[in-house]
Amino acid sequence: MISLLILVVVVLLGVAIWQLTKIFDLTQIGNSNASQDASEVANEKDNNIQGYLMFGFLAFIYVFTIYSCIAWGHFPLLSDAASEHGATVDNLMIITFVIIGLVQILTQGLLHYFAFASRGIKGRKAFYFADNDRLEFMWTIIPVIVLAGLILYGLYGWTNIMFVDEEEDVMYVEVYAKQFGWEVRYAGEDNVLGKANIRFIEGVNTTGVDMSDPNAADDIPASELHLPVGKKVVFKIRSQDVLHSVYMPHFRAQMNAVPGMVTQFAFTPITTTEQMRENRDIVNKVANINKLRAEKSAATGVALDPYVFDYLVLCNKICGASHYNMQMKVVVETEAEFKAWLKGQKSLKTAIAAATEKPADAEVAQPETAAPAQDAPVVVLDSTAVVAQIVK
Amino acid sequence: MSAVGHELSHDHAHDHHHKETFVTKYLFSMDHKMIAKQFLITGIFMGIIGIVMSLLFRMQIAWPEESFGIFKFLLGDKMAPGGVMKNDAYLALVTIHGTIMVFFVLTAGLSGTFSNLLIPLQIGARDMASGFMNMLSYWLFFIACVIMISSLFVESGPASAGWTIYPPLSAVPQAIPGSGTGMTLWLVSMAIFIVQSTMGSLNYIVTVLNLRTKGMTMTRLPLTIWTLWVTAIIGVVSFPVLFAAALLLVFDRSFGTSFFLSDIFIAGEVLHYQGGSPVLFEHLFWFLGHPEVYIVILPAMGLVSEILATNSRKPIFGYRAMITSVLAIAFLSTIVWGHHMFVSGMNPFLGSVFTFTTLLIAIPSAVKAFNWITTIWKGNLQMNPAMLFSIGFVSTFITGGLTGIVLGDSTLDINVHDTYFVIAHFHLVMGISALYGMFAGIYHWFPKMYGKMMNKNLGYVHFWVTAISAYGVFFPMHFIGLAGLPRRYYTNSAFPLFDEMVNVNIVITVFALVGAAFQLVFLWNFFYSIFYGKKATQNPWRSTTLEWTTPVEHIHGNWPGEIPEVHRWPYDYSKPGHDDDFVMQHVPMKPGEEQLHH
Repeated sequence: MISLLILVVVVLLGVAIWQLTKIFDLTQIGNSNASQDASEVANEKDNNIQGYLMFGFLAFIYVFTIYSCIAWGHFPLLSDAASEHGATVDNLMIITFVIIGLVQILTQGLLHYFAFASRGIKGRKAFYFADNDRLEFMWTIIPVIVLAGLILYGLYGWTNIMFVDEEEDVMYVEVYAKQFGWEVRYAGEDNVLGKANIRFIEGVNTTGVDMSDPNAADDIPASELHLPVGKKVVFKIRSQDVLHSVYMPHFRAQMNAVPGMVTQFAFTPITTTEQMRENRDIVNKVANINKLRAEKSAATGVALDPYVFDYLVLCNKICGASHYNMQMKVVVETEAEFKAWLKGQKSLKTAIAAATEKPADAEVAQPETAAPAQDAPVVVLDSTAVVAQIVK
Repeated sequence: MSAVGHELSHDHAHDHHHKETFVTKYLFSMDHKMIAKQFLITGIFMGIIGIVMSLLFRMQIAWPEESFGIFKFLLGDKMAPGGVMKNDAYLALVTIHGTIMVFFVLTAGLSGTFSNLLIPLQIGARDMASGFMNMLSYWLFFIACVIMISSLFVESGPASAGWTIYPPLSAVPQAIPGSGTGMTLWLVSMAIFIVQSTMGSLNYIVTVLNLRTKGMTMTRLPLTIWTLWVTAIIGVVSFPVLFAAALLLVFDRSFGTSFFLSDIFIAGEVLHYQGGSPVLFEHLFWFLGHPEVYIVILPAMGLVSEILATNSRKPIFGYRAMITSVLAIAFLSTIVWGHHMFVSGMNPFLGSVFTFTTLLIAIPSAVKAFNWITTIWKGNLQMNPAMLFSIGFVSTFITGGLTGIVLGDSTLDINVHDTYFVIAHFHLVMGISALYGMFAGIYHWFPKMYGKMMNKNLGYVHFWVTAISAYGVFFPMHFIGLAGLPRRYYTNSAFPLFDEMVNVNIVITVFALVGAAFQLVFLWNFFYSIFYGKKATQNPWRSTTLEWTTPVEHIHGNWPGEIPEVHRWPYDYSKPGHDDDFVMQHVPMKPGEEQLHH
């Protein structure tokens, strides 16, 4: 249906263009004695019409900007950051937007207004104005001052976010990326992650933890990222195959996962998932999304699960065919809930022991080391299933 | 080759014409004007491919996994079984779209065309310093195009690791099918492209330095020449670095080295690579990649400066400030590449340094924008299509440039890096702006290239629909980018979080389809006017620069007699004390006439 519509539009456009050329050709026949028109150089009439159109275009830019802000202004994540440093990012973002918004409105106004006001009139001479040191100095120095402010604020924020004070009481968590899914490893009691290299990948040890490292003994793998609220978390990020990017937009957090290298990002979550679900903006967003989903379900006949808000990790660096669907749920909960959840997770050591106890399983597991990559979409499906369960 | 030898044996004496065959005149021509046209038409052809690709993937995003007859027709059963685009076909399309538009259209098509056309004509030279190298440069470009296009037809599909071809995705065929033969062809094509670009750039630099006519001092050069010359210098400095990176990537892919690869476990096996780093590749890539955006935009800036002054009938405001800011931009462009890598895992201290240098670029950019606005203030604007595109250029350059302040700030980049916000930013500031510059240049210098005029009314229609569509396509992207929507997603339907944005994506795609459809108006106008356009006069826009002193009919050597001598700067429009509102560069100063600019 849509393709038919597009076809119709394209055909109509074609006809319109054809008609336009014919009209132009015809008008030129009438005007052929006027040498000005035959030359294809703009005459006074053109200057006038195009000048007014320039003014019209200015109106278009303003109206379109206002319309966009009204219609889509609620999309951007510009407040309600779920992490401690998020407020700095959002503040700077808002300040920057106010500044560039003003400059945009002003300069577009001047540009198009001048284009309208100075439209050519036959016989008039333009104002010979080749340079003016004072003006030029002014619009060099003003950007310098404004930018100096933005740079300083930016650098202050960046330094606070990126340089982690190792003395602080922090929790280490590994986020492990692969085509096309995520895994998580908690450091356990000792809060030290065991050494790891992809060459140790074997059976259930899917992230290649070096089990001979004593620090690895209490490491706990998981397929979902749970975080206690109010505790600074240092993410140690690894990848087993290609570049990925750990992107957690609600926390204003992002860092690439680079094979052969451990990268790092740290933040303190300040809002639990439950609290965020009650946030007014999020409630509105979820209601709107569910309305759209219900409409889509009615239109297609395929029932879609209602959407419930959850924090997410998205992959934000092109990583292969299923890059568009590489996600993991993030749960921020109270310290007690987190501890209870962590207790329920098997440590890697026990998991390996359990796997080796049943040698038949182990033999199957051996040649199937490729499984994780292929299983990844299933993991992803699981998280939707979790959403569905919560709905029920 | 005998034809080439024949050509070379002649000096550029213009007074005796030798017989040119079809081959020496249209194919293996060493005349810069013909080579410019060859670059332009090849660029337009590549542009059509690049734009059609963008329409295909925009349709997929707006109506995900919908079946379209056009997909089946253009992509075939393998990439679009049953007319539904496959996910790796989507990635292949975005990759090749980016590569074609950035390198083949906006680098070779824009700077290749106008450097060749304008440098000898505007500085008063009979041809390029080396006509043979110039010809070689075009034909290597042609070969690069052929290889790039042929990569679309290989069994495992074209390169699909993004136009930035970050390894390991681009190095390991197990990671994505496009990293097999498709990627090899991509690298070969780009290597040849870089060779042609370097040849061209060296030629431009040498020509500007050595072949200026008498009186044409550096401070009497039109801004077009300044920008094209600086562009060539940036190209020579940065393109070879990409060549090195491509070469090392070839070694990693084919000869088992580990420059960019380490510790990879894929498809169930550990690969032998150890000790390399993908971040190194990112550094090498962006050491070209960032100057590249200035290679794209500077020529457009030059063309626009020239056209704004001519059509405003006013000198360009702050000629020296414009030159200084071009030089400042050129210098800064080579020390800001790291702002593409704030979250790549490099040392955060470097992030601070690159934030600082990046935001500095806003200063010369602001100076340029204000100077352009002042140039049209109190002018006597002749609204030719080229002028409209130039004003449009300033408009999109401002809109797109301002969001650069967000992306260049490492703190803010964390949350918008690689989202649609980036797409909106760079498409406006370098994609659309550079295209506008290119269109402006074509409308303005078409009479010089073909001796004919393009239809102005079709030009107006072309501009206004393009201008509205461009904002319609890219402005909404800011909003979905700020909402956290990552780029290069085959569909946004995998996340209920993004369901809200479905309608915006449809709006964007409809604007894109309409905008692209109206480029047919341009194509029609361009090709129709070549053959049936009105005959041009010698100086239709009443411009001051030397190219308008050459005869309308192209001749080898450009000027039938002596090369004119230059007596003044190129922006004496509406100068007090003259009857006409322009004084050409070769007109001597009147007795007692003073220079009114500095």
